[in-house]
Amino acid sequence: MTSRDTSVLLDIRDLSVRFNTDSGVVHAVNHLNLSLHRGKALGFVGETGAGKTTTALAILRLIQSPPGQITSGEILFEGHDIMKMTEAEKRHIRGNRIAMIFQDPMTSLNPIMTVEDQITEMISLHSNLMGNEVSKRAREMLALVGIRPERAKDYPHQFSGGMRQRVGIAIALACEPALLIADEPTTALDVTIQAQVLELIKDLQSVVKTSLLLITHDLGIVAEICQDVAIMYAGRLVEYSDIRSLYGHPMHPYTQGLFNAVPNLDSPLGGKLAVIPGLPPDPTDLPKGCSFSPRCPYAQAVCHEKACGMREVAPNHFVDCYFPLGVEGGQRS
Amino acid sequence: MSERTGNADALLDIRRLKKYFNVRKGLLHAVDDVSLTIRKGKTLGLVGESGCGKSTLGRVVIGLIEATAGEVFFHGEDTLKFTAEQRSVFRTQAQIVFQDPFSSLNPRMSVAQQISEPLRINNACRNKREIDAKVKELMDTVGLAERIATSFPHELDGGRRQRIGVARALALDPEFIVLDEPVSALDVCIQAQILNLLQELKKERGYTYLFISHNLSVVRYVSDEVAVMYLGQVVEKADNVALFGKPIHPYTQALLSAVPVAKLDAKKERILLEGDVPSPIDPAPGCRFAGRCAYRQDVCLQDNPVLSEIEPGHFVSCHFAGFLQRHE
Repeated sequence: MTSRDTSVLLDIRDLSVRFNTDSGVVHAVNHLNLSLHRGKALGFVGETGAGKTTTALAILRLIQSPPGQITSGEILFEGHDIMKMTEAEKRHIRGNRIAMIFQDPMTSLNPIMTVEDQITEMISLHSNLMGNEVSKRAREMLALVGIRPERAKDYPHQFSGGMRQRVGIAIALACEPALLIADEPTTALDVTIQAQVLELIKDLQSVVKTSLLLITHDLGIVAEICQDVAIMYAGRLVEYSDIRSLYGHPMHPYTQGLFNAVPNLDSPLGGKLAVIPGLPPDPTDLPKGCSFSPRCPYAQAVCHEKACGMREVAPNHFVDCYFPLGVEGGQRS
Repeated sequence: MSERTGNADALLDIRRLKKYFNVRKGLLHAVDDVSLTIRKGKTLGLVGESGCGKSTLGRVVIGLIEATAGEVFFHGEDTLKFTAEQRSVFRTQAQIVFQDPFSSLNPRMSVAQQISEPLRINNACRNKREIDAKVKELMDTVGLAERIATSFPHELDGGRRQRIGVARALALDPEFIVLDEPVSALDVCIQAQILNLLQELKKERGYTYLFISHNLSVVRYVSDEVAVMYLGQVVEKADNVALFGKPIHPYTQALLSAVPVAKLDAKKERILLEGDVPSPIDPAPGCRFAGRCAYRQDVCLQDNPVLSEIEPGHFVSCHFAGFLQRHE
């Protein structure tokens, strides 16, 4: 996953984030390496507390400190380390080169600004457009996400959840960012509205050519939109691959557990769901070895001692496991 | 498997149930003329999107909200006409598990207190020792370790909290349980644990469930029969296999096609519905789904179709159900 070629838009190296809380130090992200290629969509999957959103906020340098602290790593965006940027440089990047869509469109929009004003605010901050051009651009963005121009002067509360998320998308894409981070963009939406918004994101991604980091817990959504997928568990990346390889052969026992735990529309009826026993570890007290080892049905002595670390087990398929599933002989050295 | 109203094996028989709310802008039709039968020992899955009235229906059925009109027969007796005394008995027989285990528990009560509350209120045990024994038994049933009996909800994860909710519902040994989005607030792995628990309990003890959810995959996994609601009305109901295998109503078809599938090359034809669910306040005459329906004709804008039996046990509320059935 180390690469110097220009096709890599975002390259996160050895990122660790922790939060100092009353009940101890929460190790939210631990030595994360992740890269995203230009024009690609990467699904970033994990359960609550896996460190997905923390990673996104670290990319934007929006981790509140204290209590948060980035203790190691670099985040290379278009070749420049975001960690070393001045406040002005960071402001230039946020919203302009990297934009974010949040989970809850009701709380992420300003309730006392019209949607048009919220888009023009973004455009005037980051572009050289003036006067009429700004509002023209705002209307274009609204049209792009399927909102009629006569609704531009409406306030967020006058829109439904799905329409609000469209507004959020319009704001995020207004400055044609190189990277769009979508944090559970459809979790708050109903399934038919989710289908509309996913279709929109898919279409826009091919039109605007922006790269997408899609944070979700839903492997179904990743299958529809993304080319690559990264699985997080307890602040660590446990598996990374293109979706074809990962969905065809999930190699980490946790990834396999995730697939099996979810009932599908075509799974056999009457059976029991395969459950991963136990709970994710306490982030203030992570296990010594592999974080998943206490719950892993395949764990050996070595797993409890030391984590394996990410390694390429198949072409472009990385997994943090000594005994990846479906690989002959387990340990490859 | 065919279902008839008034069936002898019906535990719960809901007939023409209505619940309207007076709101500033008019009359909100939350539940509008719904008839459903839940057979003893079976699970009826109730699916629909937010605001379709499924939770209101669940609450009216167990008497948490008063109905506007209609009948709810439990063991053949109309619960809506119960005296206060009968009602308090009914409330021990019919229980509910809520969606959000964070807000449905009392933050100032320990796990043991939460679970023993229904026992104490109903004087179900003779003394403290009996209560303690029953709490211990309930915690064991739902898979809670005895050592957390003195813990408080904020110390526990969502899965354990939802187990407390289930234990509370089981405390008085009910026959019928409304499960209102019981796993929606939980992570997928915890969700699987709770679903397995609910299924085991049903198998071992013969509980009857009304399982309310917006998650079609989950409903398919737990239900014997399924009803689909849209804007206060049931648009389709059938047994599990028929409903998921051969959906007829255009809304059910769209709903099923909208679910993202965690498989590659599973690309099925997606039916994208335009627009949003219209307001349930003073709905226009005609089919409630007409505004978003691809098969809409003039008649749909004038007459609201009635739920009719298209195939044995398969009910659809659509003017063109016969046509859609043939062209499925």
